Amino acid sequence: MGFIFGPGFFQSSPVQVALIVGAVVSVVSGVVGVFTVVRGQAFSGHALADLGATGGSGAFLLGLNQLWGFLVIAAVAAGAIELLGLRRPRGRDLATGIVLGAGLGLAALFLYLDTSFSSTTGASITILFGSIFAIDSSLVPVIAVLTAISLGTVLLLYRMLLFSSLSPEMAAARTVPVRAVGIGYLVALALAVSLSAMTIGAVLSTALLVGPAACALRLTKRPGLALALAALIGVAVTWVSIVLAYDSYYWPPGGRGWPVSFFVVALIFTAYLLTQIPIPGWFSRRQPGRAMVDVGMARR
Amino acid sequence: MVNTWLAATMVAVVAGVLGFFIVLRGAAFIAHAVPNGAFAGAAAAGLLGLSTLLGLGTFAVAGALSISWLSRRGRHDVVTALALVMMLGLGALFLSMSEEYASEIFSLLFGDVVGVSSAELLPILALGVACVAAVLVLFRPLMLSSVMPEAGEARGVRAQPLELCFVLLVALATTMTVPVVGAFLMFSLMTAPAAAARSLTARPLLAMGLAVLIALAIVWVAIALSYLSAWPIGFFVGTLGATSYGLARGWAGHRQRRPLSARMATDPAR
Amino acid sequence: MPVEAARVAGDEVVRLEGISVWLSGRQVLREVSFSLRAAEVTGLIGSNGAGKTTLFRVILGLQRASAGRVWMRGRAHSGRLPAIGYVPQTVALDPDMPLRARDVVGLGLDGQRLGIPLPSRQRRQLVDEMLQAVDATHFADARVGRLSGGEQRRVLIAHALISRPQLLLLDEPLINLDIRSEQEVVELLSGIARQQRIAVLISAHDMNPLLPAMDRIVYLAAGRAASGTTDEVVQTEVLSKLYGRQVDVIRLRDRVLVVSGSDESVAADHEHAHDVAERGLI
Repeated sequence: MGFIFGPGFFQSSPVQVALIVGAVVSVVSGVVGVFTVVRGQAFSGHALADLGATGGSGAFLLGLNQLWGFLVIAAVAAGAIELLGLRRPRGRDLATGIVLGAGLGLAALFLYLDTSFSSTTGASITILFGSIFAIDSSLVPVIAVLTAISLGTVLLLYRMLLFSSLSPEMAAARTVPVRAVGIGYLVALALAVSLSAMTIGAVLSTALLVGPAACALRLTKRPGLALALAALIGVAVTWVSIVLAYDSYYWPPGGRGWPVSFFVVALIFTAYLLTQIPIPGWFSRRQPGRAMVDVGMARR
Repeated sequence: MVNTWLAATMVAVVAGVLGFFIVLRGAAFIAHAVPNGAFAGAAAAGLLGLSTLLGLGTFAVAGALSISWLSRRGRHDVVTALALVMMLGLGALFLSMSEEYASEIFSLLFGDVVGVSSAELLPILALGVACVAAVLVLFRPLMLSSVMPEAGEARGVRAQPLELCFVLLVALATTMTVPVVGAFLMFSLMTAPAAAARSLTARPLLAMGLAVLIALAIVWVAIALSYLSAWPIGFFVGTLGATSYGLARGWAGHRQRRPLSARMATDPAR
Repeated sequence: MPVEAARVAGDEVVRLEGISVWLSGRQVLREVSFSLRAAEVTGLIGSNGAGKTTLFRVILGLQRASAGRVWMRGRAHSGRLPAIGYVPQTVALDPDMPLRARDVVGLGLDGQRLGIPLPSRQRRQLVDEMLQAVDATHFADARVGRLSGGEQRRVLIAHALISRPQLLLLDEPLINLDIRSEQEVVELLSGIARQQRIAVLISAHDMNPLLPAMDRIVYLAAGRAASGTTDEVVQTEVLSKLYGRQVDVIRLRDRVLVVSGSDESVAADHEHAHDVAERGLI
């Protein structure tokens, strides 16, 4: 066992915090991510994350933990998305991209001021690429509560979310408050993105949101199972990454360790590529044409 | 600093000229993805002690080719998003191995006023000239293929080779732009001036010219202010880009409200 | 055509009285009145843009009428009642969507409720029953996004039926179906109407596929409606008056053609609608 886990792994307090927070955050990211992919709102998630960088770096300037910055900006941006109706499925919208550019520019300014004036060393790295081993353990309860709120919202709205993703018209006809459900989802998304920005950074958090979900959707056609799989894949990837990152302390160039976020992103990418391999018989490929003919024959 | 000034001027010209087509073809995503891929290359180059431009160039070209190949295979949103993020993660890894982790990341992502060394100036200028020349030579086929691809095919303008050329031009532009304004803000410089110009006029050559002028203005002001305040170039590029776009849209909207105005202002949003 | 069940029209389920709707400064519907009865199939016929979807939305309570009232089973309703099954025209089904056919049908039962559905045998039985009623049992576990157009239609019909509605609305259910699927869907809907004593309203721009099953017709043109049996309504005089210009009804074997005539305008004291397309065949 000592071969896999570096010395002092389980005793290390930052590692313990990382394992807990990482797991909890991956679960909510995976679950919210499934709905994100299904609703085609991956770009909203990406936009919220990038703007989160602005918020997090701004929070540092005010002497606050970056989590609060992530949350505030994500909430504001989610509100903007809802009010302005920027729910573009393909997300190639020029205007949104340019606004994001301004946001990133602002993040650049804040990060520069952070490093120059408030002596937050490595602010860029923390905000952009995460610092899962440096999470303030006093924040763990806050993180847990926020995760519970996000997960709870999605699970409470589970059926209505599925229904309105299937067809907003049909759902509205069956008295589903489609707009309110959409807002609830955006709140859950804003929370999930902010939380995962803590572990792997604002810029990379899209991977944790969309990756496990995309894998799960390839592997199963049952909604509940998709949620569970996405969460499972997310947790597995995060834990393995933490182990590898800890072990990499002894890998070249030595004495520093590779970033956790790199492993997370690399593992997710690999997992996704694996699910793209078409295994014959794995996915039930119905032969709709044949089914129709059978029906026809039976009728006549 | 003079190096940066000269390089930035070239970059702005390329941004205006190529950006016009990026906006026309709705290729905003490519302008977003290729620089992020190039970032990893620059980081790798730094680690291996090679020229930054070389790293940027190879990864930009590889990334551009992959995106072009993937987009031909149909649904590509998730995989390109994941690949993009993968490249960023790789870049973070490479930089973490170097000594100048934090500041290197910062320069590569957000630009650097002294980011262009004397050795790099000539290659950048050469790349820029090549880029602009290529766009001008391909101007008419590009216009036709971007606006009416089927009509273009009928006239012998094959869309796929042209798309390949276009994507490679974006890679070239990336190689020269990232040292100046950073990987994250290249998108802004490539699209905001062109999008603003499109709001102001529907005439292609005029729009391209305007895009160049706006890009030049943005870049010069950004360098000057960055030099004076020590604030990062990326900040000025991002905010000035968004401002110019907003102003252009606002002015276009104002003009459209006048009853006799011909509907010349085209909708740039794509 | 084989007579399946006695065609005894049931009670009135829905009645529209003088419904007028203005949208973006245009009057889309003018004083539309008709009623729908249980166990009857009614065809809502009109060209694209005639106002069929708007009418559906009014019945569903998603669109407020500027004038007129909708009576449902005896009481005026302005809110939305779940006793209506609705199959919209376009349901974009992503091939990757993690929903099987039986999941979609299940959503018709409780998709508007909070929380996660607990697996219950009763629920599963109900879903199976519905799937059987639309002949969808053999693809019940397939990803709904991968089914053919006709199969998806049937799943959506089952979804609409599972809540035991009194009224079933289908917006252009025959679009993009091949002829055999068209026939099957029409037969299915006809059977459902009679056996479950439901009022069924099907909208279409071509009435011909519906002719075998249609008990009554509501013909929509220029924002106005003429309702009655097919023989009553689909007549040259009636439709010409409706359109405000000369149209001819031609019966060719078992098909009906409505042909736009020459330019002579029928004396009309109402204005022409600008959305009636100049077409040779409607």
